[in-house]
Amino acid sequence: MSTAKNINITLKIWRQKNAKSKGSMETYKLDNVSTASSFLEMLDQLNEQLVNERKEPVAFDHDCREGICGMCSLYINGRAHGPDTGITTCQLHMRMFNDGDTIYVEPWRSRAFPVIKDLVVDRSAFDRIQQAGGFVSVNTSGNTIDANATPINKHDADKSFEAAACIGCGACVATCKNGSAMLFVGAKVSQYALLPQGKVEATQRVLNMVRQMDEEGFGNCTNTGACEIECPKGISLENIARMNREYLKASIK
Amino acid sequence: MAKSALLKSSLAKKYWMALTGLFLCLFLAGHLAGNLQLIFSDALHFNQYALFMTSNPAVKILSYLTYFSILFHAVDGFLLTYQNVKARPIGYAKNNPSANSSFSSRNMAVLGTLILVFIVTHMVNFWAVMHFDKNMPLQSITVEVMGQKQELYVTTNGGYMPVSQVAKSYEEAMKTGAQTYIEHRTDFYNTQARVKIGEGYKDLHKITVAFFKDAKLGLIATVLYVIAMFVLAFHLLHGFSSAFQSLGLNHPKYTPAIKGFGKAFAIVVPLLFAIIPVYIHFFLK
Repeated sequence: MSTAKNINITLKIWRQKNAKSKGSMETYKLDNVSTASSFLEMLDQLNEQLVNERKEPVAFDHDCREGICGMCSLYINGRAHGPDTGITTCQLHMRMFNDGDTIYVEPWRSRAFPVIKDLVVDRSAFDRIQQAGGFVSVNTSGNTIDANATPINKHDADKSFEAAACIGCGACVATCKNGSAMLFVGAKVSQYALLPQGKVEATQRVLNMVRQMDEEGFGNCTNTGACEIECPKGISLENIARMNREYLKASIK
Repeated sequence: MAKSALLKSSLAKKYWMALTGLFLCLFLAGHLAGNLQLIFSDALHFNQYALFMTSNPAVKILSYLTYFSILFHAVDGFLLTYQNVKARPIGYAKNNPSANSSFSSRNMAVLGTLILVFIVTHMVNFWAVMHFDKNMPLQSITVEVMGQKQELYVTTNGGYMPVSQVAKSYEEAMKTGAQTYIEHRTDFYNTQARVKIGEGYKDLHKITVAFFKDAKLGLIATVLYVIAMFVLAFHLLHGFSSAFQSLGLNHPKYTPAIKGFGKAFAIVVPLLFAIIPVYIHFFLK
C-alpha cells in the first residue's frame, strides 16, 4: 500500500558555470514529483527536463546513494542535507516536502570548499587534513598482527567506532556559522587517539592535522553545536573536546 | 611548543578565550559581592571596602590580571571572529541557523562587543572617578552638636575631622587660616607642621548613589545598566559552559552539571547586578 502522491515544486538552485565564474540563484518549476522519490532522484528528474529543453543540467555530487560514501552534499532550505536529522541528502525523501513548496538548493559554503560547478564543491581540503596525520603506520609486509590480538577496552572501542563513522561529507563545515572543520578533525583525531594502535603517532597526528586544518582556511569553533545536530552520522561534540585535550597534551610535551 | 603554536593556532586561541573568560567569571562573582554592599551595608562599610580594593597589593595583582583578561579576551575574540567571517566569503541565500544552534552561541561576538562598550563607559563613570578625579568627595557624616548640624569627615583610623576646619589645599589653608588641609586627595595634613595627621575615605558610595539618582540621567543610566546586564546574561549563557568544552572538558557525567551551573550563573549574577541600580534609583531614600 503506497501513500505516495505527486507534488509540484519550485526550485531555487545555485548555478555557476565554473570555479572562476560568478554564480547566481536560478528558479525552476518541476511538476509531478513523486513523494516516494529521493531528493537526488528529484534532481535527476529536473536534469532530464533541462536536457529535454536543451539546457545545461545541474551538476551535483553523488555516488553510493545509500548514505555511506559521503559524496552527496547540498544545503537545502537553509540546512545541510535538508530538513531532517541523521541523514545524507541521498537519504532525504520528497515526502518531507509539500505541494507548492519552494526549495532552496545551494552548495556547501566555505572558503576551504570552493565551488567547482553549480552545486559541486572541492572537498580535497579534507583529504589534505587526512594526509597530514589521519592514519596509523602499520607494517604490512607479511607480518601483520591480528587485530584481535591487542585487547581494547569496550568503551574506548565503541567511542572510536562512533568517531570512525564520519564519512567526511563536510556537512559540519557547511552548517557551522564559522565554516569550521573541528567536528571532522575531532572525529579523525579521536578515532585513532582512543586505540592503542593510534597512540604511537598521537602527538604528531593532532599537531599536524590541526595545523593543516588552519592552513586550509577553515574557521574556528564557537561550540554552537550545529555540526553535531546536522552530522548525518551523529558524530558527537565530545570528539572536539577530545581533540582539544589531545592538542593541549601534545603542545606541552 | 613551537610546532603547536600555543598562541596562534585555532585551538590555542580558544584555550585563551576560555581561560580569560572563566577568570572574568570569577571577577564577576567578586565584583557582585562588593556591589551588593550598596544594598545590604552602609556607606562607611562600602567605602572601606572600596579603599581596600584600591590599595591592597594582592587585590592589585588581581585587578591587573582582570584588565589583562578583558583586553586579551576582546582582542582574541576579534581575531577569531575576523577569521570566522573570512572562512565563508559567500553566504547562503537561505539559512536556518535556529534549527540547530542557540541565539547566544551565534552572537557571542556582538554580545561581547556590547559588553566591551559597557565596560568602557562603566569604568569612565566609576573606576576613573575613583582613581583620578581630583574632585572626588571624601566621606563625611552629619551630627547634631547642641542643636546645630555639623559635618564631620570620617578618618580611616576611626576618628572625625570637622569639615568646616579643613581647607581644600595648602594655599587655601594659608588664606583662611585653617588648621588642616587636604593633600594627595585623601590625606589630612596639619597646616603648621605640614605632616599627615589622618586619612579620609573617598566617597564612592555617594558618587554611585548620585549617579543613579540623578534627576536628569539617573533613569537612563539605570535602564542602560539593566540592558547591559541582559546582554551579559546572554553572553554567559553560552560562554560559561563553552569555555569548558574549549579546554577539552566534556564528560557525559560532569558536562550536564557544568551546563546547569553555567545557566544558573548566567541568570543569577546579571540579575543581582541589575537589581542594585534599580534599588538605588527607585527605593533608596
